[in-house]
Amino acid sequence: MLLDIIVSGLISGSIYALLAIGFSLIFGVARIVNIAHTAFYMVAAYCIYFGAQKLGFHPVWCMLAAVVLVTVFGLICYKLFIDPIREHEAAVLIATIALAMALQEIMLNVFTGTFLSVPSLIKGYFLFFGVKVFYQQLLVFAAVVLILAALWLLLMKTRMGIAIRCVADDREVANLMGINESRVAMITMGISVAMAALAGAIIVPLATLNPLMWMHPLIMTMAVVVLGGLGSIKGSLLGAYILGFTEALVVFLAPGGAFLKNAVALSIMILVLLIRPEGLFGVSFEEER
Amino acid sequence: MRKNSLGWSLFWAIFLALAMCFPAWGADVIKIGVIGPMNFVQGKGHWNGALMAEEELNAKGGIQVGSKKMKIQIIKADSNEFLSITDATNAMERLITRDKVDFIVGGFRSEAVLAMQDIAMDYKKIFIDCGAAHPELCLRVGKDYKRYKYFFRQTPFNSNYLGKSCFIQFATVAAILKKTLNLPKVKVAIVGEKAMWVEPMIGAAKKVLPQMGMEIVGTWRPSQVATDVTAELSAIQRSGAQLIFTVFSASVGITFARQAGELKIPAVQAGINVEAQKDGFWDATQGKGGYVGTLNTYCRGVEVNELSKPFMDKYVKKFGETPTYTAGTYDAIVYALAPSIEKAGTLDADKVVSVLEKSVYKVPVGTIAYFNDEKGNPLHDIKWGPGFVTGIMVQWQDGKMKGVWPNHWKAAKGVPEVTYKGIVPFKIPPWVVAKYKK
Repeated sequence: MLLDIIVSGLISGSIYALLAIGFSLIFGVARIVNIAHTAFYMVAAYCIYFGAQKLGFHPVWCMLAAVVLVTVFGLICYKLFIDPIREHEAAVLIATIALAMALQEIMLNVFTGTFLSVPSLIKGYFLFFGVKVFYQQLLVFAAVVLILAALWLLLMKTRMGIAIRCVADDREVANLMGINESRVAMITMGISVAMAALAGAIIVPLATLNPLMWMHPLIMTMAVVVLGGLGSIKGSLLGAYILGFTEALVVFLAPGGAFLKNAVALSIMILVLLIRPEGLFGVSFEEER
Repeated sequence: MRKNSLGWSLFWAIFLALAMCFPAWGADVIKIGVIGPMNFVQGKGHWNGALMAEEELNAKGGIQVGSKKMKIQIIKADSNEFLSITDATNAMERLITRDKVDFIVGGFRSEAVLAMQDIAMDYKKIFIDCGAAHPELCLRVGKDYKRYKYFFRQTPFNSNYLGKSCFIQFATVAAILKKTLNLPKVKVAIVGEKAMWVEPMIGAAKKVLPQMGMEIVGTWRPSQVATDVTAELSAIQRSGAQLIFTVFSASVGITFARQAGELKIPAVQAGINVEAQKDGFWDATQGKGGYVGTLNTYCRGVEVNELSKPFMDKYVKKFGETPTYTAGTYDAIVYALAPSIEKAGTLDADKVVSVLEKSVYKVPVGTIAYFNDEKGNPLHDIKWGPGFVTGIMVQWQDGKMKGVWPNHWKAAKGVPEVTYKGIVPFKIPPWVVAKYKK
C-alpha cells in the first residue's frame, strides 16, 4: 500500500504543481489572482479534442497548436480585460471570474455538457514494484519535471528571467532600474497561460472533458499556492506534493471517504494558514513592497 | 404629413389585428413544459422524447379534450440543474408563470426535482418526473396528498427498486462468475459516487449482498467529478475483489470504466453506470469500457413488449442514437397525459390526476401501474417487477451495447421465467478469467 500511496501522490502532486506554478508566477510578478487560469487549461483541452477527434490530426500536433493558440488567446484576454484594471486587485479578481464563467458557457454551448475524451499519447501501463502505472501518467510526471526545469532555466539563467524575478521582488525599484514592468507582466502572463495550456495538453488524455472541468483544479490550485505561499514557486511545488500525497493517503486509508480527499487537503491548507498565514514559503504581509 | 398619418394608421391596424390573433392561436393548444439540463445528454433525452410525442400526437390532430381537439405544444426549459438548483427552480417558475404551461415533464437530479416539485405543487400543476429516482419525491405524495397529488413518477423506478433490480442483476453476474471461475465466495467492492440518490443504494448493498452469499471487501466513495480514480482502483485490486458494484451517474462513471479497462483490473463491473447507458460511452472511454455492465432502460435489439421496437426504431431514425431513460417524456405525454386528459375530458389538473392515478398502461419499457403506501395512501410511484417495469441490464461487448438480463430470470417460485427478446449471455472479461480460473 505504501508504494501505491507514493506513486499516486507523485502523479497527483505533479499535476497540481504544473497548474499551481503558473498561477503563482503571475501573482508573484503582477499581483494578478487569475481565477481564469484553469479555464485556459479547459480551453486547451477542448482545442486538443477538437483537433484530434473532429479534424483527425495527430494528438501531438493538436497539443502544440493548443498551447500556442491558448497562449495567444490568454494574452489577448489579458490586454483587453486585465491590463486596464491591473492596479485594482478586486476588479481583476471579478474580471477573471467573469472570464472563466464566460469560457465555461462558450464551451457548454459549443460542445454541450457531454463527457468527452482524448486518446492517450502512450497507451497501456507498466508495473512499478507491483503498482500499475499508466504510461501516460509517467509522461505527465516526466513532462512536469522537464517543464519545471525549463522554467528554472528561464528564471535563473536568462535576462528575461532576471527581469521577472526583479519585478516579483519589488515592482517600483524594477521600474526605476529601467525594467518595463508592464511588458514583464504581460510576458509572465503569457508564460502562466502557456503553463496552464501545457497542463491541459498533458493531462487531458487522463481526464474526462466537460465544461465544468476547470473548477476542481482551480480549488486545488488555490489551495496549493496558499499552502505554499502566494507568489512562491518553491512553495507551490512543495504544496502541490503535500496535497497530492494527502489525497492519496485519504483514498487508501479511508476508502469510504475517498470523496473527502479534497476536503481534507483544503483543511490542511486552512490549518497551515491559521498557524502561518503567509504559507510555507510566502512573504509575511507588508505595508509596501 | 397626410401620407405619414395614413402609413402609421395602417401599421397600427395590422399590428392590432396580429396581436389580437395570437391569443386565438394559443387558445387551442395544450402547453407542456419540458424541463431538464438541456445542454447535457439527459436534457436532450427529455426534449427528444417530448418532441417525438408532440409530432405523433399532433399528426393525429391532437388530443380530444371534451368536444374539441387540441394540439400540444412543448416548451423547453433549461433547468441547469447540474450547476444550480436555484436555476432549476427559476426555470420551473418561468415555465408556469411566464410560459403558462398546463403540464410539466422532465427533471433529472433528485436534489433539483425535490425543489422543482414544490414550485409545481404551489401552482397545482401536474409534474411528471422523468429522471430522478429518490423515493422521497413520491413519499411526499403519501404524506401530504392534498398538496403533492399533482406529482407522478414516470421513469426511472425509485432507488429502492433500482437497488433491488441491481442486486438481482448483480446476483446473476455473481452466480455466473462463481460457476465459471470456480470461486468459493465472490468478493465485492462497492464503489458509489458521492450523491444524494446513492446513499440508500449503498446502505442496501451492505445489507443485501452478504445475505446473497457475497463478501464485501470495501466501500469506495469517489467524487462525482473525479478525474483520476487510479488510487481507488489500486486499492480495489489489492482488496482481491472479483466483482465491483458500481453506483455512478456522473462523469466519474467514464473515468472509472476507462481506467479500470486500461489497467485491466481483474474484476467485473456491474451495477449502475449512467454514462455507460449512452451510445457515446464507447468513445468517451476510448474503447476501454468493454465488459462494463449496467442497469438500463433501453437497448437496441431488446424488446420488452410490442411497443418497444416501434419506439426504438422511430427514435433511432429521428435522432441517430439510442434513447437515454430520460426520453421517458415520450411515455409521459403519449401514454400517461394524453389518455388521461381524454378520459377526464378536461385539462383541469384535479380531474386529470384522479384519472391518471388509477391508470394502468403499457409503455415501451413495460407496464406502468402506481402503488400505495402501507396505509393505502396513493404515492404515484411506479410498480416494479415481472409484468410491470423491471429495467434491463446491458453490457458493452465488442464496442456495442447488448442486453444481458433478464435472461431466464425467475422472480419467485411458481412464477414463469422472464427473458426479453434480444437478450444475449453475459461475458466475463478474459483477463478476469485468466486471473481466477482454476
